[in-house]
Amino acid sequence: MLYREAGQFKATYRQDQAIFPVVQDRVGVATLLGVAYVVVPLVANEYWLQAILIPFLISSLAALGLNLLTGYAGQVSLGTGGFMAVGAYTAYKMTTAFPGLNIVLIFLLSGLVAAAIGLVFGIPSLRIKGLYLAVATLAAQFFLMWLFNRAPWFYNYNPSGTITAPPRRFLGLMVTGPEATAAVRYLVALSFVVVFALVAKNLVRSEIGRTWMAIRDMDVAAEIIGIRPLTTKLTAFAVSSFYCGVAGALVLFLYLGSVETLAFDINVSFQVLFMIIIGGLGSILGSIIGAAFITIVPIFLTNAPRVVGLNVPVDLSKNIEAIIFGGLILFFLIVEPQGLARLWQIGKEKLRRWPFPY
Amino acid sequence: MTLDSSLAVLVAPFVGMVSSPIFFAEVVVGGLMTGVMYAMVALGFVLIFKASGVFNFAQGVMVLFAALTLVGLMEHGLPVWLALVITTVVMIGLAFAIERVVLRPLVNQPPFTLLMATIGLTFFLEGLGELVWGSNVKKLNLGIPEAPVDVGGMLLNQFDLVAAVTAATLVAVLAFLSQKTSIGRALRAVADDHQAATAVGIPLQTIWVTVWSVAGIVALVGGIMWGAKSGVQFSLSLIALKALPVLILGGLTSIPGAIVGGLIIGVGEKIAEVYWGPLVGGAIENWFAYMLALVFLLFRPQGLFGEEIIERV
Repeated sequence: MLYREAGQFKATYRQDQAIFPVVQDRVGVATLLGVAYVVVPLVANEYWLQAILIPFLISSLAALGLNLLTGYAGQVSLGTGGFMAVGAYTAYKMTTAFPGLNIVLIFLLSGLVAAAIGLVFGIPSLRIKGLYLAVATLAAQFFLMWLFNRAPWFYNYNPSGTITAPPRRFLGLMVTGPEATAAVRYLVALSFVVVFALVAKNLVRSEIGRTWMAIRDMDVAAEIIGIRPLTTKLTAFAVSSFYCGVAGALVLFLYLGSVETLAFDINVSFQVLFMIIIGGLGSILGSIIGAAFITIVPIFLTNAPRVVGLNVPVDLSKNIEAIIFGGLILFFLIVEPQGLARLWQIGKEKLRRWPFPY
Repeated sequence: MTLDSSLAVLVAPFVGMVSSPIFFAEVVVGGLMTGVMYAMVALGFVLIFKASGVFNFAQGVMVLFAALTLVGLMEHGLPVWLALVITTVVMIGLAFAIERVVLRPLVNQPPFTLLMATIGLTFFLEGLGELVWGSNVKKLNLGIPEAPVDVGGMLLNQFDLVAAVTAATLVAVLAFLSQKTSIGRALRAVADDHQAATAVGIPLQTIWVTVWSVAGIVALVGGIMWGAKSGVQFSLSLIALKALPVLILGGLTSIPGAIVGGLIIGVGEKIAEVYWGPLVGGAIENWFAYMLALVFLLFRPQGLFGEEIIERV
């Protein structure tokens, strides 16, 4: 009854092409954004922002990037962690070399550098497909990790081998470094996610997104109807790596503050892949839901026994956590292989007809 | 690039190989031995991929799980043969459980969903194995002497020789089973064409259970070898990552491919590490295998022995 588009007529092409054609959706999204921008920074405490919301937002940025590549263009990549590392290390090198440069500009530039690296490692995708490609992209992951570990230039010859985000201001506010408050960092991350999600949504419903999907569905057929596999696949790799690079820079500057390559190892690549598979391949919303799921579940599992009052030894709870996490992934894959975004869609359909069964 | 550094990269390593052939031969043989160990893990992947089209990322953790179970049982005082039997039974039980709980509901899903399911399985088994058997490093002593033997002027590790013989036996047994027995023929039929195989009355689910059991036993053999070499510990599951380039190099569907791929990767990695590693700061073993596989794939996208990929619109 509440969620029904009856009586909402589309009179112009503009209305027809709106991202949220239904009024209720627009109201919902506006409310969500209002809550995220105003209520959350006022209400949430340091722990919530630092341990849950900021990592969630940054992961959803990386998941968006990978979903563009894997979900829309059909090229599987296990090199996400590596591309994130490129973003983080580039941002670090740039901001230490040019301290005066605007920090947001630096984030975007490091995204561009990651895009260039992604382009190079995307070249094999022209020859290799499917699972072979997935394994081949691991080359990017391992090579980049090795490079950032072995070449001291990347961490400014710091004896500890870590890179640390220096304090930088944006619009008069401290956004990075030890003095930046969690609320400010949260707002910066949130803005990045909102803008990048909007860009991604528009990318995938424009010509470039349609060519990606054509390549994904069958690249030989796509090539025959005049889509260039070279440019299409490589743009997908570049755009995806751009997103991942920015996400990596944000991990360093907004979330951890100080990282070594371990923060971007192979597990990160798998985690981001989990996010888009659990959330839904080929869905912008799915990337974000998946990121929320994968970020929050382990935190929940760690804290649940303590909340209930059980005192479980750390190593035991770590193993149980792994079992439950693996089990949940299997469960969700079996129950809804299309991802959580699909459940949301089904829910909306049901809501439209409510209270009638069909 | 200056002349000096290009000399160091392009000429000096080869001069080094020629000037001390015995050392070079030792490096090559050492690489071959490591390659055999990789191949043993890759074999499990290939078996499962051929029969059920599942890229079983959990193979590495199955190796760990099998080795943990074996060592755990032996620590409880069971004799080796009994521990072996029980572990085999456990691995077969695991195959049944996986088929029933994971594979059957996910039948006909895209390969990526299945791949992710096996990664989920990886977490699950890792947690379970360490929950039951503890996470400290365990020693697995098989009583194989470590002392090197002299073969034609080269020093070879006896343990490596035993591993090579074991792997060869394993491959021979597998080849015999798949060529000469009815279940082997059924396996090959399923690998060839699922639908046609079901149509002539081959029970798909039994085949899956069989092949996962065989992969579990291969994992056990691999686990024993790796465990005896470097101790039974969590990092054992990471050798799956080493088996992946072996797989794609050899071709996902080919058992000889897994062996040849393993040998190529093993030798290539060792030579690169010994002769070129020092030039770039070492530890290139982690990514060199992948780069090698990548370069091979650019020329043969289906791997060395993989089935040719034919695409129709």
